[in-house]
Amino acid sequence: MQRPTEPVRSSDVKRPSYGAILLGLIPFAGMCFSVSAWDRVYPMILGMPFNFFWLLLWNVLTPLCMWAAYRVEALRSSEAPQRRQNENSSR
Amino acid sequence: MSPSAIALTVIFSIVFLGSAIGFYAGTRHKMSLEQWTVGGRGFGPALLWLLMAGETYTTFSFLGASGWAYSRGGPALYILAYLTLAYVVSFFILPPIWDLGREHGLQTQSDFFQRQYGSKYLAAFVSVVGVAFIIPYLQLQLTGLGIILEITSFDGIGRTPAMAIAVTLLAGFVFVSGVRAVAWVSVLKDILMVLASVSIGIAVPHIFFGGIGPMFATLARVKPTHLVMPGATNNLGHSWYISTVLLTSLGGYMWPHSFGASFTAKSGDTLRRNAIVMPLYTISLAFIFFTGFAALLVVPGLSNGDLSLLTIVRKTFPAWMLGVIGGAGALTAMVPAAILLLTASTLFAKNLYRPIFAPAMTDDQVAKLARTMVVVLSLISLYFAIHSSATLVSLLLLGYAGVTQFFPGVVLGLYWRRVTMAGVFGGMIVGVGCATFLILSKRDPFGGLNAGFIALCVNFAIVFLVSMLAPVQAREIAEVFSESVSDTR
Repeated sequence: MQRPTEPVRSSDVKRPSYGAILLGLIPFAGMCFSVSAWDRVYPMILGMPFNFFWLLLWNVLTPLCMWAAYRVEALRSSEAPQRRQNENSSR
Repeated sequence: MSPSAIALTVIFSIVFLGSAIGFYAGTRHKMSLEQWTVGGRGFGPALLWLLMAGETYTTFSFLGASGWAYSRGGPALYILAYLTLAYVVSFFILPPIWDLGREHGLQTQSDFFQRQYGSKYLAAFVSVVGVAFIIPYLQLQLTGLGIILEITSFDGIGRTPAMAIAVTLLAGFVFVSGVRAVAWVSVLKDILMVLASVSIGIAVPHIFFGGIGPMFATLARVKPTHLVMPGATNNLGHSWYISTVLLTSLGGYMWPHSFGASFTAKSGDTLRRNAIVMPLYTISLAFIFFTGFAALLVVPGLSNGDLSLLTIVRKTFPAWMLGVIGGAGALTAMVPAAILLLTASTLFAKNLYRPIFAPAMTDDQVAKLARTMVVVLSLISLYFAIHSSATLVSLLLLGYAGVTQFFPGVVLGLYWRRVTMAGVFGGMIVGVGCATFLILSKRDPFGGLNAGFIALCVNFAIVFLVSMLAPVQAREIAEVFSESVSDTR
């Protein structure tokens, strides 16, 4: 499908899927953009101020999100080898 | 033996043990440039994990994080967020970078820019900026080492001689063994660091308050505003937090040494798996924060928060324990400092000096020049460390404001076909200039936002504008040209 005249640039790397990117944005929402919603001392949980507890919780949740993103990507690349072969032969 | 003699003996034993591991690891492999800089590109998940943990958890996290918890309070929480989010970013950008590295034999960040944009001047500029902003990071490690030796010797060794001793050891260590040594010393360093931080983080609040809960309850009663933003500051509020977390998490892998470390991996998949598990390591930092908060109640009024962790340790524990913690801290400074030195000197020799001044140099001559640079850069950082009083965290934020200006060039170079060399070059120059101006003229934070983040936005805007303005014809010629240039390298 690719036009052979188009200059092939080394930026033609495999893009991550939208699903994986969305999963990657979840930790940003939880730990960064939502700061004014959770930056408070009370209620204290496990003896820690709420904001402190919240960030530690997200340090555990983030690997789960990224593991899901990994699965999404792995699934995609196992479906895609045929397509990639075509791309390579057109170079 | 006096307490200081005991503590110092323990510290130096740990440091020499660490150096011995490094020397041993270095002598087992013949040191070509490729072996010295990227370990022959054969690091599996375990060794890579150690190398990356080794360079992420530095004196900054050990003394700097507790220092900010002590002196700033709430704003220090940005540290717990950005480390983890930097791994999220790495999940998406490191594997394609690794693929390109493998395909074209890239060893450094500047090689990447050379490859993607075909301009040796852009690559050389990236090297200059990289080396320039690595210096505050190196300075941070040396200052940390100085603090450790000063406090554990009960002020018997002055900070300046302490830093001079440290720099000598460090340069010798890097000189001989290269990146493989660094990864192996990380083993010892990480074990000690985790043990030390968990045990003091639990023991200190327990001894003085009967636990972490009562400690926080007391702090919330005595200083009700310290635990939320802006804490003890008046300008580090929520907008500062968001902009700083974005700047530092996007920039986490823009450090030339972190970027370069990805080339040591065996595969792109190794890097992805690494990104998934690394956030769990951030949790160990919580204990460092506990110690910093406890110190605020127990030893208030220190002139410099960076001293707080070791001051309370010295007050609480016997001398040998102070020695173990000091030794862990010393390795925590030396391992990243070694990586920083290694990267900066390679960048200077391979991506700045050779392409611009001496194209005929062989790889062996480059390796030799890089080793000379190890000594030169050590001395420059030592000079700055002696003549500066900046806190550890502000040194690191200065570095981030600089290196994150690489981000647009890296990400758009991977994923946007229309980006041009002129756009990236222009954006980077203005971004670095803007960040440097705002910080040096004491305008950081600017309008409630991190100055480096503002510079990053300006940088992105310029890259987009200039790239969109380039006529399609010229762009295609540039692309074809960049192909042929980098293929003949």
